[in-house]
Amino acid sequence: MLDQLLSSLTDGLLLGFVYGLAAMGLSLIWGVMTVINLAHGPVIALGMFGTYLLFSHVGMNPYLALFLVALLGLLSGFLIYGVAVHRVIDAPHLSSLLATFAVNMILIGVGTALFTTSPHNIDYPMGSLQLGSMITIPGTRFIAALGAVAFTAGLYLFLYFSRPGKAIRAVANNRVAAELMGIPSAQVLALSFGIGTMLAAVAGGLISTFFPFTILSGGPYELKSFVICVLGGLGNPLGALLGGLILGGLEGLVPTFMPVSWVPVVEFGLFVLVLLIRPSGLLGAK
Amino acid sequence: MKNRLRPGLWIPLAFVLIWGLAVLVLRQDTLRETTFTLLMFVGLASSLNILLGYTGYVSFGHIVFFGLGGYTGFYLLSQQGWPLYIAALAGGVLSAGLAWLLGLAVLRLRGAYFALATIGINEAARAFVSNFAPFGGATGLFVNFSAYDHYGGAGPALWLAFILLWIITLIILLTSFLVKHSRFGLGLLAIREDEDAAMVMGVKAPQAKTITFAISAFFPGIIGTLYFFKNGNVEPGDAFQLHMSIEALVMVMLGGQGTVLGPLVGAITYQGLRGYLLTSPLFKSLHLAVAGLFLLLIVLFVPAGAVGWVRGRFSGLRRFLE
Repeated sequence: MLDQLLSSLTDGLLLGFVYGLAAMGLSLIWGVMTVINLAHGPVIALGMFGTYLLFSHVGMNPYLALFLVALLGLLSGFLIYGVAVHRVIDAPHLSSLLATFAVNMILIGVGTALFTTSPHNIDYPMGSLQLGSMITIPGTRFIAALGAVAFTAGLYLFLYFSRPGKAIRAVANNRVAAELMGIPSAQVLALSFGIGTMLAAVAGGLISTFFPFTILSGGPYELKSFVICVLGGLGNPLGALLGGLILGGLEGLVPTFMPVSWVPVVEFGLFVLVLLIRPSGLLGAK
Repeated sequence: MKNRLRPGLWIPLAFVLIWGLAVLVLRQDTLRETTFTLLMFVGLASSLNILLGYTGYVSFGHIVFFGLGGYTGFYLLSQQGWPLYIAALAGGVLSAGLAWLLGLAVLRLRGAYFALATIGINEAARAFVSNFAPFGGATGLFVNFSAYDHYGGAGPALWLAFILLWIITLIILLTSFLVKHSRFGLGLLAIREDEDAAMVMGVKAPQAKTITFAISAFFPGIIGTLYFFKNGNVEPGDAFQLHMSIEALVMVMLGGQGTVLGPLVGAITYQGLRGYLLTSPLFKSLHLAVAGLFLLLIVLFVPAGAVGWVRGRFSGLRRFLE
């Protein structure tokens, strides 16, 4: 019993790092411009398909392909921001929710036409890792967790030690004041949106190395990202990592006590509960 | 009273009244089915508009009340043998009661947090129902064919469902108008513009929002029961489709949020557009993308919707379009 518990907890926690990475993108965008990006799921799915196409058609190593996917994610983030978000940035929430949802519909629609909804997968085994006598970790998951941690560290260094990163934090803190200090807020907003979608695309790419996926696969991860963001505090990218670990751990533990189909009930029950009791999240300021 | 004679009320009412009568006179089954679907969306969009348009709170969980109310009504109808009228009403009352309870908790949240909570509610409800044994789990419930005999066989039962839906749609439009032109509705519009200011002026915002949430949830519960009665079965995937919540939102936006006529126009336009896109050989595989493009264009360039745009452009027409 105990070893089964331990191994499923490890599995869940490793997955939690990747969930956290995806949620970080959503959280960053919310923190900087108070927009809930409903196109988050399709971007995750595009990350999966980007990695898949580079792997199967170009023959690139999937982990190398991730860097190209990250760049493409950044660029598509600029594009989405310029086309759909910039005009409604100061409008009521309804407008930005619907604008990003429209992008969601367009991406899913085009994606379905191109790739159909049949499942794809990346077959690139990485062996497995033996920990002690009872825990076996698939190599792909371990590398994915490492990758997620690396990207998180990169984001942290960028936000706290680079000029554009500091500009992003300034705009998130107070856009008007930042503009008065000479920070070009339109560019900074576009950059934050780009980084947000980049993180989502990379998370998608990492997930695609160990789970099969379809163009609709982004949806569940988008919902998980909402749960994680609320757990960690909306607008707090590093809290998202903690939220991801909590959710991943739950996903590992819950199936040992009750049927797997109850996992979403627990997750969303927790989600609504946190929203009600502590809407600023576990790490958020009161 | 003067209010009752305003053209803003009788234009939508007369339209739906004549439309339904025409279907009843023609008595074609295919026409009845298409009208049923259209009226269902008109009802869903209009009831959503009571919350969205008047208070400005975005709910992604409107379909939860359709699903849960429909499930309850259908359960009472098929497993407990309740008559359709009572079962539908019970579905509506349960939805409203649930919205009341949820509203007490969730409506303390503002803006985007409320929208997020409604997404969570939608997912949790779907997951709950597919695990809840009395509702049949993932396979759902079926109605015994003999149940239709009480209403004179399957054919007349379908007509009965249609007539009830038609009446409910009329009631929803009337409610929407009455809410908008009451003192209560004025308070809601004040909440939409600035909730803090409204509360300072003496609007009891939490109470008003909860009541509005319950009103807007009551009707989908009834519509759900009628819809699943007509279909003869109910399953979780059918009852809790997040995208139907979104489609209802699109309809409200398309027609004009906060107007009585808008959701009616929006629902009919959206359904017509979707029907065209699904059947046209060019757009068949891209219909979702094209619908998304339309939504984006509306949100970016005509945020007031069709009716709102006309009202803003031609002030003489304001008396007729509410």
